[in-house]
Amino acid sequence: MSKLPMSKLVVRDLQRSFGGVQAVGGVSFTLRSGDLLALIGPNGAGKSTCFNLLNGQLRPDSGSVRLDGTELVGLPPRRIWALGVGRTFQITATFASMTVAENVQMVLLSRARRLFGLWRPAALQFREPALALLERVGMAAQADRPCGVLAYGDVKRVELAMALASEPTVLLMDEPTAGMAPAERLALMELTAELVRERGLAVLFTEHDMDAVFGHATRVLVLDRGRLIAEGSPDQVRADPRVQSVYLGGEA
Amino acid sequence: MSFLLVQALSGLATAATLFLVSSGLTIVFGVTRIVNFAHGSFYMVGAYAGWSLIERFGGTPAGFWGSVTAAALAMGVLGAAMEIGLLRRLYRSPELFQLLGTFGVVLVVQDLTAWAWGPEDLLGRRAPGLKGSIDILDQPFPLYDLVLIGLGPLVLGLLWLLFNRTRWGTLVRAATQDREMASALGVDPARLFTGVLFLGCALAGLGGALQVPREAVTLQMDMAIVVEAFVVVVVGGMGSLAGAFLASLLIGQLQAFGILVFPQITLVLVFLFMAVVLVLRPHGLLGRAEEVPPTAPATVTVPLSTGGHTGSWALALLALLAAVPLVAGDYALILLTEVVILALFAASLHLLIGLGGLVSFGHAAWFGLGAYGSALLVKHMGAPMPLALAGAPVLAGLGALVAGWFCVRRSGLYFAMLTLAFAQIAWSIAFQWYAVTGGDNGILGVWPSSWAAGKAAYYWLTLALCGGTLWLLRRAAFAPFGYALRAGRDSGLRAESVGIDVRRFQWMAFVLAGSAAGLAGGLYAFAKGSVFPTLLAVPQSVDALVMVLMGGIQTVAGPLAGAVVFHLLKSEVMSLTDWWRLVLGLIIVALVLVFPRGIVGFLSGLRSSFVRRRA
Repeated sequence: MSKLPMSKLVVRDLQRSFGGVQAVGGVSFTLRSGDLLALIGPNGAGKSTCFNLLNGQLRPDSGSVRLDGTELVGLPPRRIWALGVGRTFQITATFASMTVAENVQMVLLSRARRLFGLWRPAALQFREPALALLERVGMAAQADRPCGVLAYGDVKRVELAMALASEPTVLLMDEPTAGMAPAERLALMELTAELVRERGLAVLFTEHDMDAVFGHATRVLVLDRGRLIAEGSPDQVRADPRVQSVYLGGEA
Repeated sequence: MSFLLVQALSGLATAATLFLVSSGLTIVFGVTRIVNFAHGSFYMVGAYAGWSLIERFGGTPAGFWGSVTAAALAMGVLGAAMEIGLLRRLYRSPELFQLLGTFGVVLVVQDLTAWAWGPEDLLGRRAPGLKGSIDILDQPFPLYDLVLIGLGPLVLGLLWLLFNRTRWGTLVRAATQDREMASALGVDPARLFTGVLFLGCALAGLGGALQVPREAVTLQMDMAIVVEAFVVVVVGGMGSLAGAFLASLLIGQLQAFGILVFPQITLVLVFLFMAVVLVLRPHGLLGRAEEVPPTAPATVTVPLSTGGHTGSWALALLALLAAVPLVAGDYALILLTEVVILALFAASLHLLIGLGGLVSFGHAAWFGLGAYGSALLVKHMGAPMPLALAGAPVLAGLGALVAGWFCVRRSGLYFAMLTLAFAQIAWSIAFQWYAVTGGDNGILGVWPSSWAAGKAAYYWLTLALCGGTLWLLRRAAFAPFGYALRAGRDSGLRAESVGIDVRRFQWMAFVLAGSAAGLAGGLYAFAKGSVFPTLLAVPQSVDALVMVLMGGIQTVAGPLAGAVVFHLLKSEVMSLTDWWRLVLGLIIVALVLVFPRGIVGFLSGLRSSFVRRRA
């Protein structure tokens, strides 16, 4: 970290209300390449809303999200994806009627703009790179199983492979380890940290599991009732009295 | 000026009837989430029952109004019976099954009504004491219509009191907003739903019985009113009573004045109005977004099987089919030609339902558009058969391009309603634009070129064109295009977040399916030598759905099997009886009751119970 890390995603004063209730009120932060940034906060703090604002699923009332200087606000999710922002979902969302490999192949086909093909079978295209990605997340052995029958933790890993398939520079992970066994959680967080180091990926993730947050995050943001109340290294945040009273104290 | 006023008043009288019927439909939908196709049947039977009672007792005002009330109550009882016998088993089914199941009831009721009252139109007596008319600004206006105009707001007011001032009404509103919560609070949902069906169908029956003094009672009343009531409910916002009232008023006026300005296309106007409203206000005028929850997908979520040797099997089947003319007679060839055409028709619908999860209730529009396209090219341009056949998919594809732009903006039930609306637009053009389409009489003399005039030659042509198109559709299903379509169905959220423009794929699929159905329609026109508006009508769309359902949604080959079984059943079994609607209706009801979770759901249920037994 001797070089000045590049600012990938610059979020300024993001706001969004639902029928008079402010879900996200003036959130600003910067995500740099090589960051594994955790966004934590009690239930209802606005974490998922924040994610949905970042990837274009929701439109903010005001504020700006810039990726390498390009404004993302107002773009549909698929455009934001094409610019290099990958995403995994809190509630798993995969293509249940396809096999694990086909799920990843779809993303590769989409990236190569080959989705409008009417002739060559999809299952034969990009199979090797898809298997390589599945190997990376430890799902190669289950490549030909239907995605609809997988265990929850396995679906999470397929989601990660799908997100990586588009070679994103920014990855948004909404509760990546929810529903996983402790050993699986550890493995997934270690894998993510590895990817950050290897590829210079910028990762923003939300998480309820404090071991995952304080064991792996490079920095931590704390959200409470739609506002950021603390930001810093895991140790700084852990020591912050506001965080303790609002979050750790309140929840523990 | 006074003429316009009277026109507006007659629009209000129409609106009153429309509101009575659609309020029942919207109440039933609000609680059960079922769009009841059979709602118009209660209106029709209400009119027939009302006619009989009024003939017998309607000499005095008390007798007349008593007869109307009795007819309405009788329909309520029938509605409750349908809830207990059928709907109760469909609440958790995909919307495709709900629409189809209640459409089965439509067919059964049509034949039973014809059996009970005969096929002739019936003219009822006028309401005693309200026979005359009064002068409004020197224009005569029927007194009875004036009473109807007052009845609309009266019923709205009574319903408002019922839902806001009684315990029962409060429970119904609670169930409308949250079914699970209502049953958790100790409300017996079964009794509540039966009661709601009683109320809704009594309102339809009331609307029907009130028509007796105004117009002839006919066997066509059911479909005419239910499609209009669909439009009212969708325009007003599904589940909203006030919305239904407002939409009834607007559509009543649209019809009253539309007939002055565009007498040829009054029906088209109504559906166009609906399409525009849905695009501008996706949940209807007074509807709320949460009124329509995401419904259970009609499709299955197992991987499509590519089938290792499908290619060689298909070739063997094709060779076998191509050899049939060597042994079969003309009649068998005619039948087989139709089966092959319908297989393409069903497969094109399967592309939408099976891959896209898009349940189209108006697929006949594209079949009919292709058929009419070919027939019109022959009749008005003197086009030779090859050109006319080439025109069929082009015209149908263009139609689907325009309609699809609207339809893919919505999903689930709204998509089904929109496709139905566009099919009705196409149907009403064929039916009303006499000068070009010949209306009811259709277009005759659409015969193949001389080289294809023989039964065997035309059969081979059909086999080649349909076989080729089916092959293309199958390739598309397993190519990235078909996968992208399935991706949008499986998880729209995920699809959009990995760069898939779901709507665009759905639109393309709509056009592709429309063109393929259009080619089938063109071939059908030349096979039959004629085209009629029935080719675009709702029953034709339902036929396609039944074929897809019979064959099974889970395989690409399913619709082909479905087409064979269905067409042989229809032409061989049902032609033996005059009551084919009854038979078909019962088959449809049986189909949705035996496979309430879809055929694959049924199969996997069998498999898991088998596994349990072995364990």
